[in-house]
Amino acid sequence: MLSRSLYLKILSAVVVFGAWEIAGRIPVSYAFPTFLESMAALGRMAFDGTLYTAYVETLKPLVVGVSISAFIGIGLGLWIGLSRAFDWLFSPIFIVMQAAPLAALIPLLVMAYGIGLTSKVFVVCIMAMPVIVLNTAGAVRNTPVSLKEMGRSFLGSKSDIILKIIIPSASPVIFSGLRLGISAGFIGAILAELKITPTGVGDIITYSRSIADYPSMYAAIFSIILLAILFLNLLERVEVYLFEGNVRGYASD
Amino acid sequence: MVMPQIKEVAGQAGESPVDNAVVARGVSKTYGTVEALRNLSLEFPRGQLTSLLGPSGCGKTTLLKIIAGLLEPTSGEIEVNGKPVKGPGPDRAFVFQDFALMPWASVIRNVAFGLELRGVAKSEREAIAEKYIREVGLSGFEKAYPHELSGGMRQRVGLARALSVDADVLLMDEPFSAVDEQTRRKFQEDLLRLVENESKTFIFVTHSIEEAVYVSDQIAILLPRPSRVSEIIRPGGFRQKGADAIRRDPEYLDIVDRIWASLRSYVD
Repeated sequence: MLSRSLYLKILSAVVVFGAWEIAGRIPVSYAFPTFLESMAALGRMAFDGTLYTAYVETLKPLVVGVSISAFIGIGLGLWIGLSRAFDWLFSPIFIVMQAAPLAALIPLLVMAYGIGLTSKVFVVCIMAMPVIVLNTAGAVRNTPVSLKEMGRSFLGSKSDIILKIIIPSASPVIFSGLRLGISAGFIGAILAELKITPTGVGDIITYSRSIADYPSMYAAIFSIILLAILFLNLLERVEVYLFEGNVRGYASD
Repeated sequence: MVMPQIKEVAGQAGESPVDNAVVARGVSKTYGTVEALRNLSLEFPRGQLTSLLGPSGCGKTTLLKIIAGLLEPTSGEIEVNGKPVKGPGPDRAFVFQDFALMPWASVIRNVAFGLELRGVAKSEREAIAEKYIREVGLSGFEKAYPHELSGGMRQRVGLARALSVDADVLLMDEPFSAVDEQTRRKFQEDLLRLVENESKTFIFVTHSIEEAVYVSDQIAILLPRPSRVSEIIRPGGFRQKGADAIRRDPEYLDIVDRIWASLRSYVD
């Protein structure tokens, strides 16, 4: 079974990259390089260290922003889910944040916090936090009543019920919020580098485009997607490790 | 042919010599304007199985949850072993209709969860859990997760969890309603054996007349809106005849018919 799913993954990669290669060879546009050209550029940048220095720069706001979003987001989400008053107070902020056109807000952030790391971290947080908060809150609120009653009837304390029942029960939705939030955080990090100051991977993209080095530009975009996928896979492993029984189905279905 | 011997006890019995594990006195419960229970009094003799039987919406689950301490009565009180109930306690354990198993936890952790919440050390609680897993016939499934089990097996886990905390009173909220008919019959037979072997008091909510008559020492029939105990039936001689003979016993069939006759007008 495992080899079959691996086979399917390879097959879908071959189909996508093959289509890319063909589209580049037609060519769809002079600004669209082939897959092999892009991979060659990726290899070149990986070996001469460009990519490494770029990622040191890009990962700073990304890691800081995603960590803040994850910790504060899950904390706030728990609180919002557990308390009705908190729900009224905070949910609207995150719903607005989720719907806000971020690109239009960036000039405001720059005015307030300058062009440094702070603004970029803010952009990542605005992208990543709402979905984490709202998913966590929704999952906590929808904890099956009978599980909570079970905890109470077997003499669980309030903190027992939160730690041993509500959080594990909400974990699948919390993790799916984290997955969405982190992918949005990746988008936010690149957006910040394109819109605020070109540094890191954003700089490679902007610079390569300005000198018409399209293979490098697409290689940079490809690398960030690859990193995001690797990171999301890691997150999935963590989830399986922590809540094994949750991942494959539910007692109620 | 033995004549049916149906002993009837009036709604509120006076001082009886019977040892009651649980007593409900004048319990009322209103949700907003809806009156779920009105001035309900009922006694649950120790070591016996009492069924709460009635049409849906008659407040039988509400009463069970009040006894469990999960809901507060609007007025009246519950006594367990002579002490008034103020909340959940170690003297009662609950078996849930939807099993209420934690899907992220293995069978053994689910069974040991009541002990875990009581702070029993891991090795000790797992030893106890293993014993009850064996008792409900789930040996070999200790490491399985709930989603890998059938409905009937899941409820066995729920039952083992309730047994493992060694409470005096077992509260069962329609425990067999979510399992298939054949499993259900097997469960009912197992339950009879359990009542006989464990010296526990069972309070059993059901909407199945046959099930109530089959498993109960005492059946309290609740009528709806607002709920009150309309009568108490104590099936007599057929219980000693063995699990197989009960369903063919004339007294069993008579009681089933009689209960249906009194409930039929409340079913819409």
